[in-house]
Amino acid sequence: MATRIEVRSAAPPVTAAVPLLSLRGITKVYGEQDAAVCALDRIDLDIAPGEFVAITGPSGSGKSTTLSILGCLELPSDGEYRIENIPVQGLSRDVLAALRNARFGFVFQTFNLLPRTSALENVALPLVYAGLGAGERRRRSLRALAAVGLGDRVGATPNQLSGGQQQRVAIARAIVNDPEVLLADEPTGNLDTRMGAEILQLIGRLNRERGITVLMVTHDPTWAGYAGRQVALRDGRIVSDRRNPRR
Amino acid sequence: MRLSATTGLAVTALLRNKMRSALTTLGIVIGVAAVVMMQAMGEGATAYVGEAISGLGSNMLLVTPGARARTFGGAPIGVPLFTAGDFDAIQHQAHDISQMSAVNARVLQVIAGSNNRTTNVGGVTPGYFAIRQWGVTRGRLPSLEDDRQAAPVCVIGQTVATSLFPDQDPLGKEIRAHTMTCRVIGVLEAKGATFGADRDDLLLMPYSTFSRRIVGGDRIAYIFASAASSDQLDDAKAEITAILHHRRHIQPGEIDDFNVLDPREIQSVLFTVTGVLTLLLAGVAAISLAVGGIGIMNIMLVSVTERTREIGVRLAVGARGGDILVQFLVEATTLSVLGGVIGVAAGLAGAYGIAHLIRVPYVLPGLAVPLAFGVSALVGVAFGVVPARKAARLNPLAALRYE
Repeated sequence: MATRIEVRSAAPPVTAAVPLLSLRGITKVYGEQDAAVCALDRIDLDIAPGEFVAITGPSGSGKSTTLSILGCLELPSDGEYRIENIPVQGLSRDVLAALRNARFGFVFQTFNLLPRTSALENVALPLVYAGLGAGERRRRSLRALAAVGLGDRVGATPNQLSGGQQQRVAIARAIVNDPEVLLADEPTGNLDTRMGAEILQLIGRLNRERGITVLMVTHDPTWAGYAGRQVALRDGRIVSDRRNPRR
Repeated sequence: MRLSATTGLAVTALLRNKMRSALTTLGIVIGVAAVVMMQAMGEGATAYVGEAISGLGSNMLLVTPGARARTFGGAPIGVPLFTAGDFDAIQHQAHDISQMSAVNARVLQVIAGSNNRTTNVGGVTPGYFAIRQWGVTRGRLPSLEDDRQAAPVCVIGQTVATSLFPDQDPLGKEIRAHTMTCRVIGVLEAKGATFGADRDDLLLMPYSTFSRRIVGGDRIAYIFASAASSDQLDDAKAEITAILHHRRHIQPGEIDDFNVLDPREIQSVLFTVTGVLTLLLAGVAAISLAVGGIGIMNIMLVSVTERTREIGVRLAVGARGGDILVQFLVEATTLSVLGGVIGVAAGLAGAYGIAHLIRVPYVLPGLAVPLAFGVSALVGVAFGVVPARKAARLNPLAALRYE
């Protein structure tokens, strides 16, 4: 709990001039020397609060790596990543964990729900690590599940839910802590078109109604069209960054 | 708050794998049960030795022929037995002795009517009953007069009574032993078993009757004596030794061809034996506990690998390394402590059962229970820390992508 307050209060007042997330010269190299692969090559990217950004590109273009770095799941090899003007480099593992807990929500292609665990418990997971009591965890988890339209399936375990429902649970888990940023890595990748559209509409609604900043990795132009802004990557570099016409 | 929630997560995780948790726990259950059982039996054996020694009679001394102690069974062959003269000399010259008895014994078949039994047949003088504090439930004990006349009378233990006279009163009945017939004049009080031997499985007759009618000689196999008080035990021992030195012409410096044993010596020898036994068993039990701990470590390592993605998810949603460490440590410790609780219960029950089976006293092992419990908790932490650290140090992204 203390870490959470610290993380938030350390940020200077957000002004229009300061982007929410800012990447400068971000490079990510995997492996060493001869076997080294450059996943990202000096990326610059600013994300303003409330944006809905789709990151597109063929596989291996570095879009998932970008998302992982933005979500503090890994650190860049070089360059500077700032969250509200605070550099992320040099923060300890525990502070990064607290940052992920308080400010980011993750949605994955493979849902990544805990097996044999009820939807309610899955959704409550971030709250456990935020240090909330059982009553508060339950209250907020129920609210999050209701927000994704699963208020009637709170006791169901993942294997009792369809793919689309599982992804809704995952989204509920991602927003239960009221994060500022939702990071979605191919959220529709394992779903059929109809379910995919539902998930995209849900994410779009969260972005519009709650002002959650959304960063979504997808290789499908149809889904990318839902976003307000499309950033295209190729071979670890940004090849285009444009706003979609308002839908 | 965070800790209690993490503990809840650990318990939930264990419940999700009931069979595996149960089997892992079993290793600790067996280890702890072994520790508790061995300890209980060790203490039981010790208590039992104490009881057995006190059952020999207060301030008792046992004089045996031969250089080394032979406390039970037939006399060693080739070693001069004691004579009636030796016996009389001790009786008249040793002032620190209150009671004494000549003893000789054989294992013989005894017959009454159509029933027979192979039992311990002994010849004792009346002092024997006084030293061992044995009484009769019915009838009377052999008297000095019986001994003087070598009367064909006997007293029998409960076991002999019930096996030879299943549904009659044994008093006044005749029993054939060897070539003689003796009349039952008393039934001894039940004494239970000592060292696995039934102490009620015996027939005792006057010493003179036994020597004349069964052995055919007046040599004495053992002499039982009791000191007038516990303070006089050492003096009584010295007196007997001096008298026998004189009578058996043993020069100073020569090795005694007899032995005067007192209960303390017998006890210390037996305690050494039970102590070594307890230590050995405790060693075996400790090994099984260690094996149980390795079982926990193994299953926790499997669990960490198997749940790598779960750990990744937890790290992604904000779990710190410490949270993961605590969760897996709590899981390991819960398994081992649960095993400890069940193990203590199983060990106590097992010890109780065995104590009944081999007829030794059941002693609640005081130290073993908290010890086994503490050790099992320690085992959980010690063997859980390696897998838990492994889990806590996982890279969140690598864990999430783990297949």
